[in-house]
Amino acid sequence: MKQTFLYFFLLISLATRAQENMHPSPAQAGTIALIHGVVHVGNGQVIDDGMVVFSGGKIVDVRPTASLMDVKVVDLKGKHIYPGMIAACTNLGLTEVSAVRATSDFEELGDFNPSIRSLVAYNTDSKVINTVRSNGILLANIVPQGGTISGLSSVVQLDAWNWEDAAYSKDNGIHFYMPSLLNDPLAFRRLGVEVDKIKQGLDKIETVRIFFREAQAYNQESTHAAVNLKFEAVKGLFNQSKIFFVHCDLENEILIAVQMAKEFNFKLVLVGASDCWLVTDILKQNKVAVILEQPHNLPNAEDDDIDQPYKTGAALENAGILFTICQESGFGYWRQRNLPFEAGTMAAYGLTKEQALSAITLNAAKILGIDAQTGSIEKGKDANIVVSEGDILDMRTSKVVLAYIQGREINLDNKQTQLFEKYKYKYGIQ
Amino acid sequence: MKCPGYILIVFSFFLWVEPAGAQITFPINDIGSPQEDCYAFIHATIIKDPQTLLQNATLVIRKGKIEAVGIQVTLPRDAVVVDCKGKYIYPSFIDIFSDYGTEAPSSGSGKGFRGESQFISNTKGPFGWNQAIKSEYDVSRHFTVNDGKAKELRALGFGTLLVQQMDGISRGTGALVTLATEKENLVMLKENASANYSFNKGNSTQDYPSSLMGSIALLRQNYLDAQWYKTKPAGEGTNLSLQAFLNNQSLPQIFDANDKWNDLRAIKIANEFGAKYIIKAGGNEYQRIHEIKASNASFILPLNFPMAMDVEDPTDARFISLADLKNWEMAPTNPGIFEKENIPFALTSYGLKDKTSFLVNLRKAIQQGLSEEKALEALTKTPAGLLGIYDKVGSLETGKIANFLVASGTIFNEQTIIYQNWIQGKKYLLKEDGWKDIRGVYTLTVGNTAHTLLIKGDLSKPTAEIADKDTTKVDLTIKDRLVLMVYAFKKDSLNSASLNGVMMDSIWSGTGQTIGGLALDWGVTKTSNVFPADTTKKKPDASLVLSRGVVTYPFDGYGFKSLPKQEDILIKNATIWTSDQQGDLYNTDLLIKNGKIAAIGKNLTSTSARIIDGTGKHLSPGIIDEHSHIAVSGGVNECSSSVTSEVRISDVIDPEDIDIYRQLSGGVTSCHILHGSCNTIGGQTQLIKLRWGLNAEQLKFAGSDPFIKFALGENVKRTYFQQNNRFPDTRMGVEEVLVDAFARTRDYEKAGPGKRIDLKLEALEEILHNQRYITCHSYVQSEITALMRVADTFHFKVNTFTHILEGYKVADKMKMHGTNASTFADWWSYKMEVIDAIPQNAYIMQKVGLNVAINSDDAEQARRLNQEAAKSIKYANMNEDDALKMVTINPATMLHVNDRTGSIKIGKDADLVLWSDDPLSIYARAEITIVDGIVYYDVQTDKVLRMEIAKEKARLIQKMIAAKKGGEKTIPAAPSYREDDGKDGDNQDGQ
Repeated sequence: MKQTFLYFFLLISLATRAQENMHPSPAQAGTIALIHGVVHVGNGQVIDDGMVVFSGGKIVDVRPTASLMDVKVVDLKGKHIYPGMIAACTNLGLTEVSAVRATSDFEELGDFNPSIRSLVAYNTDSKVINTVRSNGILLANIVPQGGTISGLSSVVQLDAWNWEDAAYSKDNGIHFYMPSLLNDPLAFRRLGVEVDKIKQGLDKIETVRIFFREAQAYNQESTHAAVNLKFEAVKGLFNQSKIFFVHCDLENEILIAVQMAKEFNFKLVLVGASDCWLVTDILKQNKVAVILEQPHNLPNAEDDDIDQPYKTGAALENAGILFTICQESGFGYWRQRNLPFEAGTMAAYGLTKEQALSAITLNAAKILGIDAQTGSIEKGKDANIVVSEGDILDMRTSKVVLAYIQGREINLDNKQTQLFEKYKYKYGIQ
Repeated sequence: MKCPGYILIVFSFFLWVEPAGAQITFPINDIGSPQEDCYAFIHATIIKDPQTLLQNATLVIRKGKIEAVGIQVTLPRDAVVVDCKGKYIYPSFIDIFSDYGTEAPSSGSGKGFRGESQFISNTKGPFGWNQAIKSEYDVSRHFTVNDGKAKELRALGFGTLLVQQMDGISRGTGALVTLATEKENLVMLKENASANYSFNKGNSTQDYPSSLMGSIALLRQNYLDAQWYKTKPAGEGTNLSLQAFLNNQSLPQIFDANDKWNDLRAIKIANEFGAKYIIKAGGNEYQRIHEIKASNASFILPLNFPMAMDVEDPTDARFISLADLKNWEMAPTNPGIFEKENIPFALTSYGLKDKTSFLVNLRKAIQQGLSEEKALEALTKTPAGLLGIYDKVGSLETGKIANFLVASGTIFNEQTIIYQNWIQGKKYLLKEDGWKDIRGVYTLTVGNTAHTLLIKGDLSKPTAEIADKDTTKVDLTIKDRLVLMVYAFKKDSLNSASLNGVMMDSIWSGTGQTIGGLALDWGVTKTSNVFPADTTKKKPDASLVLSRGVVTYPFDGYGFKSLPKQEDILIKNATIWTSDQQGDLYNTDLLIKNGKIAAIGKNLTSTSARIIDGTGKHLSPGIIDEHSHIAVSGGVNECSSSVTSEVRISDVIDPEDIDIYRQLSGGVTSCHILHGSCNTIGGQTQLIKLRWGLNAEQLKFAGSDPFIKFALGENVKRTYFQQNNRFPDTRMGVEEVLVDAFARTRDYEKAGPGKRIDLKLEALEEILHNQRYITCHSYVQSEITALMRVADTFHFKVNTFTHILEGYKVADKMKMHGTNASTFADWWSYKMEVIDAIPQNAYIMQKVGLNVAINSDDAEQARRLNQEAAKSIKYANMNEDDALKMVTINPATMLHVNDRTGSIKIGKDADLVLWSDDPLSIYARAEITIVDGIVYYDVQTDKVLRMEIAKEKARLIQKMIAAKKGGEKTIPAAPSYREDDGKDGDNQDGQ
C-alpha cells in the first residue's frame, strides 16, 4: 500500500498572508482521506478511529480507518472530525460594525418587503466572516430584518469571492417578524397613552393574513395587467418550495404562527421561539421546526427556571421536535462563532453531546432544506468538514485546525489571529 | 361653655360682620346676616379621640369651633339642636399628603431621542441652578378651592389636608387647609406648614439628575450648599432657592419616598444632615419591616393597594411575577404590620385613582390586622401630631376646629352611613337617606282592610313587603317626608294599589287608588321596631380572605423563607482549584468555620460540620465580576454632565434583583457594580457580595477600597446622539475634561476654610490621595495612553482599565504605569472603537505582565464568566489555572480584596463554588455557591424553590380569579417589570 504523502496542517503556508491577501481556496484536486480521527457523523453516530474520504468536493467514503491508494492522507490521530456547522439565522456579511449605520445592510424600510433578497447584499469581504468560519461554522443562512415581512434569506458558504460564488441555497424562505403580543408593564402605561399592544399586534397580524390571501389569489392567475413583485415573491410559500420563517417568542405568538401556516399550508419554521417549550405538543403535531436564538440568555419571566434557555433544546429534543440554534439578531454576525458553545451548554442541560452537535449540523441542514447536500459526514454530501483537536463544543478543548468547504481546505486565519501574531512579535511572545 | 346671650347682642351691632362664608375685610353686596352658627348635637355616641368614647353625649359648636363636648353639657339657648340618637360623631379625617387645590404639574416638554441637553434651570428669577430644587415654591400662593374635588374627599370623611405641589426634588412648602367650600382665606389654616421632598425631579426639563443616584446626590449637595449660603458667599449673589431651603428646615419635613428601599435611602440622607423626615411610604414596607422599624422614622401609608388583574389566561399570568401576585395579596397587611411593630404612621388617600376605594381598602387593611382604633388614630391624632397641629384638629375638644363626622354607626363598618361631614362648623350633607331608621313592623290600613307591613333591609335603602297570608312586595319610594308605595296582589289583584302620602314620625297617611281607579284613604302605624333580618346572603369577598403568603427574603420567587445561616461545612474529596501558589489539589477536603476557610487537606474531620461530598467535583474560589450593572435601582448612568463623581452606586443598590440569584447559579460571589459609561467621569462604584436575601447595606463588601468609574471614547463623546451639545465631542476633548477636572480639584484643595463643599471634587480629591481608585471604560490605544499621561501629571495611578479591548497594543505602557486590565473574552465589531478587538487580548496582556481579569458587563454573561475565561485557552493556549485566575484572584487583586477573597487559602472568606465538572468547561454547572460560609445557592434547593413558586403562583392566581368572580374590580393583566431589566452595559448600545 502506498500513501502519496503525509499532510501536515501546520498552517504555516496559509498563515503568512494578511487579511487583505487571504483568498478563497481553489476547487479540490485529487482525493483526500482524513484518517484516524474520531468521526462525529452529525446524525448521532460516532466512529472512533474513523476515516473520511472526499473527492471533487463530495464525500465518497466514511468508515473506520482503512488503507487507501492514491489519496492525500491526513492523519488526525486523537483529533475530532465534525460536519461543518451551520448558522441558521444571521446577518453576517450584511453588517460590519453594527453601530455604524454606513456598514449595515440588513434592515430595509417599509412593512412588507417579501421580495427583498439578502443574498445580493452579502459581503464576502467582511472581516467578520473569517473569524466565524475559523471556529468551524462553514455555512450560514443570511437573514434580512426590518418591517413585518422582511424578505428572503439565502444560505451561503463562507469561502467565496463574491455572493454569487457564495450562494449555497438561494432565496430559501420568507421572514415574517411577528409583532409582540405582550402588553406593556403598568409602570410604562402610566407614563403615556393607554395602548392595547395585544390588539395592535393582532391587527397587524391580520394585515399579514390579508396580504397572503391576496397573494394567493394573485398567484392562482398566471397573467396580470401589472406585475406585483411582492405577491410574486411569496409564490413559493404556497407550494412549500419556500420556508415560512416566523420570528416570534411567546406562546400566543407561536400559536398564531402555527395557525397561519395551517391556514395557508405553509412550511413553518419558528425563529426565536423562546417560549416554545410550553407548546411542544402543538409543535410536534404540526411538524413545526424551531431555530432557537441564543440559548445564552436570561429567562423570559422573572420566576422562570433560571436555566430555562439552556434547557429548552432538551425539551424540544425530548418532544421529537426538529430544532437548531442561532444567535440573536443585531449581534448575530460576529457572535455566530459562539454557536458550538451554545450547543455545548445545551449538552450540559439535557442533550447528549451528539444531539447538541446534530442541532447545529444535520438538523440545521434539514430545517433549511439542504440536508441532501450537507449537514452530516455521509457519502454523497458536500465535504463540509471541520477538524478540532478536542471536543468542539467546549471552549476548553475546541481548537479548530482544519476545515474544508466543498472539499476545499480553507484558510483558518483571520484579522484577529493576524493582529495576535503582530503583537506577539512586538512583545517577543513565543 | 355656654353661649351667653350678650354675645349675640354685641354682635348685632356689627351688621356687616361675618356673614356666613365671608371675611371681615371683604365688603358685602347685601345687608348683613350675622350668625353664631351654634349647634348642639345631643344623645350622640361621640368618639372624642381614638381612646375616648362618650355615650349619650353632647357636642356644641359655635362659629366654626367646638364649644363643648361631654355627657353633661348645658345646651346654649341659641343652639340649633340636632337629635343624634343612635348616631356616632367622629373627628373628621386628616390627610397630610395631598395635592388638593394645587396646580397639576404639567409634564415636561420632552426633547427628542438623544436630543440636546439642558444644563441649567429654566426657572426665571434669582433662584438656584437646578430646576428640580423648588424650595421657594409656596403652595399657599397657588392654592385654589375646588368644590368638586373637595366633595369627593369630604364624602370619604376628610376635613383637613396638608397640600403640596407634587413636583420636584425639593418641592417647597405645603399648606394646611380644610375641605370647606369657602373663600381660600378662610379655608387655609396654616401656610408654610411643611417642607416637602422626593427623589423624582418631576416636571423639570433639565437633564440633571437623570437617575435616582443623581437625585440623591443633588439633594445632599443642596444641604451642603444651603449651609454654605448662610455665610453669604460673595460669588453666589442672591439665591432664593437656597434661602428658602434654609428657612424651611424648621418645618415638618415630608419625604415622598414611595417604596421600602427608597424610604431607607431618604432616611439615610435625613440622618446625614440632622433632618427628620416623615416618610410617605410605598405600601410595600411590610416586606422589610425590621429595617423600616429600625429607621425610627414616622410614616404616611398609602391605601392604593394593587388591583387584581385578569389572570384567567395563563399566557398573561405567566408574566406576572410571584412577587407582584403576593404583593396584591399582602399589601393590605401593611398598616396592620406597622401597628404591630409600633411604628408611628398616618394614612393617606393619595395615589388612589378611584377615591371611593379609600374606605373599601381601609376595611381590607382592618380585615388584615389593623385595629379600628389605630385606623382612626392614623386619620386623626397621628397626622395632626406629626404636623404639630393637634391643638387645632384631630380630636373633638373645646377650642378645636369643628371638623367632625356624623355617622350611623362605627365609622369603619361597611354598613355605616356617613350622613354629614361638618367642616369649620358648616354642614356638608353627604347622605340623608336612613338618618331616621324607619325599619320595623307596621299596620297598614287601606280603606277598611288591615295588613301587616314589614320594612327591613338596608338602613338607607329599606325594602317593604305586605306580610299577610301571602307575602307581597311593596315598591317603597321615599322623597324627603313624602312616601309612595306600590303593590300588586297576586290573588286579590283588584285590590292592588298605589298609595301616596306623608310620613309624620311613626304614623303615615295619605290617599291612593286601586288599579281599577278606585280612590282610597290609607294609614300606617308602627307596632314594633324589631324587624326580621335579611336572610339573603352576600357573596363573600374573596379578596378579604386572610393572606396566606409569607414574606420571603428577598421578596422574589426565589427568596428565602428565612435567611440561610452560616454553618460549618466540610467539603470532602474534591479537586480544589486554589487560584493560589498551591495550584490544584486532588482528592482534598476543605473545612469552613465561621465563614472562613479553616483547613485544607486530606482526611479532615469535624463533628459539627455539615458534610458535602465533593467526589468527582471541582471546588474553586467564588467568581468575581469586575464590571457589572446588576442590582441597581433608578438607572446606572447619570449622563447629564461630563463629570458626575458626586453620584454613588452605593446609594442605589437593589438587593432584590433576581439577577443576583441567577449569578449565584453561575458561581459568582462578588460583583463590582459600576456606574455606566456615558460620561468621562462617572459615579462612585460599589463592590458587593451576593448575599441573596440581605439588605443593600449588608450586600456591600465591608471595608473594601472605594472606586470610581471613568470612561473614554465613543460613549463619552455621545457618538450615537442625533445632536450632541455636551462637551466633549472628541477624544481630544475627553482628555481635556480629565485635565480640567483634576486642575479644579487641586485648586479646590488649596482653597481656604469656608469653601463650598463640592461633592464632585471631594471624590476626585480622594483619587489624588490614593483614597479612591479608578476603573476606566476604555477601548483604543490612544485614549488609554492619554489617560495614563493625565494620571502621571497629577501623580496618581489608574487602577484598572476595564473593557480595554486594545490593551494588547499598549500592554507595555500599561505595565509601566502599574495598572490592571479587565476585559471581555471575545466581544468585537459592534462599534467602531472595537474593530481591532481580539480574543487573544487577555493572553497578551497577561504575558506582558499585567494583572488581567475577564468581566461580564452583562447579566447573562456574568453567569458564565468561568467559560468566558476559558476562551483564552481556546484562542491563545493559556493554561487552565491562569485562565481561572482571571475570574478569581486577579479581579480580587485589582479590587484590593485579594487578602479577603479570590483564592482558596486558610483564613480567607469562604467564598466558594462546587462545580459538577472542570470549571473551565462548557459542561460545568455550579452546584453549590457559598458566600462567607453561607450556602446561597444550591442546585437541590433550587429545585424545591421552583416547585414552590409554581404552587404558590397557582394558589394566588386562583385567588385572584375568585376575587374577580366575587365582584372585585380588576385591571387587564400587565407583565411585571423590574426597573433594572435590560441592564446590559457598554458592550451593547453605547451606554
